[in-house]
Amino acid sequence: MICAVHMQNLAIIRGERLLFQGLNLSVRAGEAVALTGANGSGKTSLLRAIAGLIRPHAGDVRFEGPLGDLEAEDARSQGVHLLGHQDGFKATRTAWEELLFQVQWTGGTEASAREASAGLDLDRLVGLEVRKLSAGQRRRLALARLVASPRSLWLLDEPMAPLDTARRVVFGDLMAQHLAGGGMIIAAVHDPLPIAARACDLSGAMRPLA
Amino acid sequence: MNGFWVMLRREMAMAWGRGGGPLLALTFFVATATLLPLAVGASPARLAAVAPGSAWLALALASLLSLERLFERDYEDGTLDLLALGPVPLEAVAFAKGLAQWLTNGAPLALAAPLVAVALGADLRLVPLIFISALIGGLGLAFTGGIGAALSLGSKRGGVLIAVLVLPLFAPPVIFGAGTIEAFAGGLDWHPALGLLSAYGLTAAALGPFAMAAACRNALS
Repeated sequence: MICAVHMQNLAIIRGERLLFQGLNLSVRAGEAVALTGANGSGKTSLLRAIAGLIRPHAGDVRFEGPLGDLEAEDARSQGVHLLGHQDGFKATRTAWEELLFQVQWTGGTEASAREASAGLDLDRLVGLEVRKLSAGQRRRLALARLVASPRSLWLLDEPMAPLDTARRVVFGDLMAQHLAGGGMIIAAVHDPLPIAARACDLSGAMRPLA
Repeated sequence: MNGFWVMLRREMAMAWGRGGGPLLALTFFVATATLLPLAVGASPARLAAVAPGSAWLALALASLLSLERLFERDYEDGTLDLLALGPVPLEAVAFAKGLAQWLTNGAPLALAAPLVAVALGADLRLVPLIFISALIGGLGLAFTGGIGAALSLGSKRGGVLIAVLVLPLFAPPVIFGAGTIEAFAGGLDWHPALGLLSAYGLTAAALGPFAMAAACRNALS
């Protein structure tokens, strides 16, 4: 169980380019942060660095549990949930097979998968092959996986892009519930999140290398 | 180890699902072997002499076929991100993938190997040993092949690259596998060759996952 995540003096270089440096950010249980910034300012890279998929050039990411600091590897394998641009569903398998696998893989149960699928109005769709779903329906399937898994830190990359207005409201409620239950959300967004969130502008964190 | 079983079940289901991975490899295996009499002539004496070796060669080539899909699909559609953040380390994910590759491709090919060898004129006494050597050899082919599949992640012509990377690594199992059968057929002691083949397979299964996981992390970063 992650209670807080701290980034200290974080710098990320991709290719030859410094995306940002000197980033300090702490997110505690119940808080949401909206990452903003121009295209290429490093929002996705920051999310992937928190998830441990890319190594920061400088600084570190620290996870805090109820009893002090956690091993980063344990925290990531049990408490971090990354939802990127791609949903990660196999086109030729049925939506239910994919949802069930991903929920079980991230620590949820079949019951929680069923509940989430009902909550996101997916019950009529889960028997279909993933390739027959629209972009918005696939995104809802990915959100169902997010909700059904007991992971406290959500890293979301443009989570609302393919969603229609009504689903954005539903998604806002789900995020509010997650925060109320002690969860944390760090989301890269262009449109404002439908919940109260602290803003963090990455373009502002960009300073020339000393 | 719940996460490991979830992973293994999914890999098995995907291999047997659409696309017919094992059937494709089997068909390729039989088709390659069928070409042999056309290439070297249909004289039974000549064919029988090369039957076990040719069966092994075709086996190595056939096990290349489904390697491209082993990591590439998960990498392309973003599943690999999710697998990297799972309850078990990427090394265990790679082990599950290698194991599933062996069970769904290596095992059917091992069943077909004696049939192909006998069809080419191999002695019936060789059947059990051909099956066993192909099954054990398949373990090595699956895990060394997996290393090539992981290393080629992100490159455009992945399939060709895998073949170039992996075929040199397939030399030892082909030597020991075909050697086992040649030794048995010639009335020599075949245990050392089978022992070396087993050692290769087990070493590949033990060390391969570390190399695969490192290659995957590199591709993700």
